[in-house]
Amino acid sequence: MEIKVLGTGCKKCNQLYETAVRAVSQSGVEATVQKVEDIDSILAHGVMMTPGLVIGDEVKSTGRVPEVSQIVSWITTEAGRP
Amino acid sequence: MTTTPMSAALPAEASAETPDTVGAPTSAAVTVDPASTCCSGGARPGPSAALPEAGAGDSAPRRSSGLGRYLPMLAVALAGWFLLYRQLSPFAEWLSFDLLGLSAGTALGEAVAFFAYDAPKVLMLLMLVVFFVGIINTFFTPERTRALLAGRREAGGNVMAAGLGIVTPFCSCSAVPLFIGFLTAGVPLGVTLSFLIAAPMVNEVALVLLFGLFGWQVAALYLVTGLSIAILAGWVIGRLHLEGWVESWVYDMRAAETGEQGLSWGERLEEGARSVKEIVGRVWPFLLAGIAIGAFIHGYVPEDYLASIMGDGAWWSVPLAVLLGVPLYTNAAGIIPIVEALLDKGAALGTALAFMMAVIALSLPEFVILRKVLRPRMIATVVGIVATGILLVGYLFNALGIGRFVT
Repeated sequence: MEIKVLGTGCKKCNQLYETAVRAVSQSGVEATVQKVEDIDSILAHGVMMTPGLVIGDEVKSTGRVPEVSQIVSWITTEAGRP
Repeated sequence: MTTTPMSAALPAEASAETPDTVGAPTSAAVTVDPASTCCSGGARPGPSAALPEAGAGDSAPRRSSGLGRYLPMLAVALAGWFLLYRQLSPFAEWLSFDLLGLSAGTALGEAVAFFAYDAPKVLMLLMLVVFFVGIINTFFTPERTRALLAGRREAGGNVMAAGLGIVTPFCSCSAVPLFIGFLTAGVPLGVTLSFLIAAPMVNEVALVLLFGLFGWQVAALYLVTGLSIAILAGWVIGRLHLEGWVESWVYDMRAAETGEQGLSWGERLEEGARSVKEIVGRVWPFLLAGIAIGAFIHGYVPEDYLASIMGDGAWWSVPLAVLLGVPLYTNAAGIIPIVEALLDKGAALGTALAFMMAVIALSLPEFVILRKVLRPRMIATVVGIVATGILLVGYLFNALGIGRFVT
């Protein structure tokens, strides 16, 4: 599974990245967390408020750092999909 | 303030839609470091309008999102707030004159009493307003604002954009994606700029502090003149047809759309609490420093000392205040208590407001960020037009002599 953290390198973006990494290890699901910093790709996801969190192909949150447990549940839901 | 109801509401929210495999989420505090935010200050921070929820795009039924069940808790919290707030003045007097044994009328006594009253008062007002603005923000995501503004004509569009600039969560670090997102969705350049000027200038922290320290008249003046500057500046830029001064690659971008997702009231309240934690957590050192400087000026600088330099008699004081304000970069929280003390000592209201607007609205870091998408000529034009607007506001209030009635 691919998880992307969209953001131009602000404080919250780094925070979200760390939170996402923690969520992946908690969920036990095999997934990669990737930072996306160029504006092209950020906009391609339709995100106007950084940081954005993309799990699978869906934007899950923008402009905030969701809780670890919230991200874990997004990850397990995504992993459960056929 | 109201964190308990928030976290209590969470488990029900989560389980209603997504089976929660890791147990109930705990409080909102888990990942939010109060001191951090993506903004470097000044501009409206982005506690934001969190959109998506798992599965919300899969036409899952909307959770019951009644406000009703949270109202009793909110009412209790509000009542407690008001009771506490009314005790602040007696508390400040008791602290400075009884407990510390300072006497009223002395410089030190006045300075300490000023601080002991203003610091808790402004913090309490800030928490209250940031909480409710945090909730309001969840109704106005940038996506929705963009949809409202797309294809608008000028004039009407500028007015709407400036108004939406107040209620839409905005963070200067998101200025570039937001700018491109607006333009590519068909929001006219001038309308986009009205939004980008209003968003940092008319922010809730500034309004609360003005209201708390000077009363509603000054807060209203600030709101109306700040909006007018944003509307007119955007409109003028639209009329000048400066599209060529935007970096050309911007128009080649294609921004995708994200779906609109509803939040329950529990989540909205939680966002409000999150904003309080973030914004108050970030601005309180500035605020206390500002109030301390204000308290010093209040106690030690003689009455009317500033009248000759910052009074309404000196025509050059307004441009000077604006020039000083541009490189000065702090947020509303730090600057307003100082402005209060300046006014106290004879500075004219127009000069003080111009100074404050220049500090908050013309922020160097934001223009550096926008340099990615705007040519230098364009940035100079925006700064020039906004600065002119601020000058006019300063002169207008000095000419009307409004300060005399307010302070």
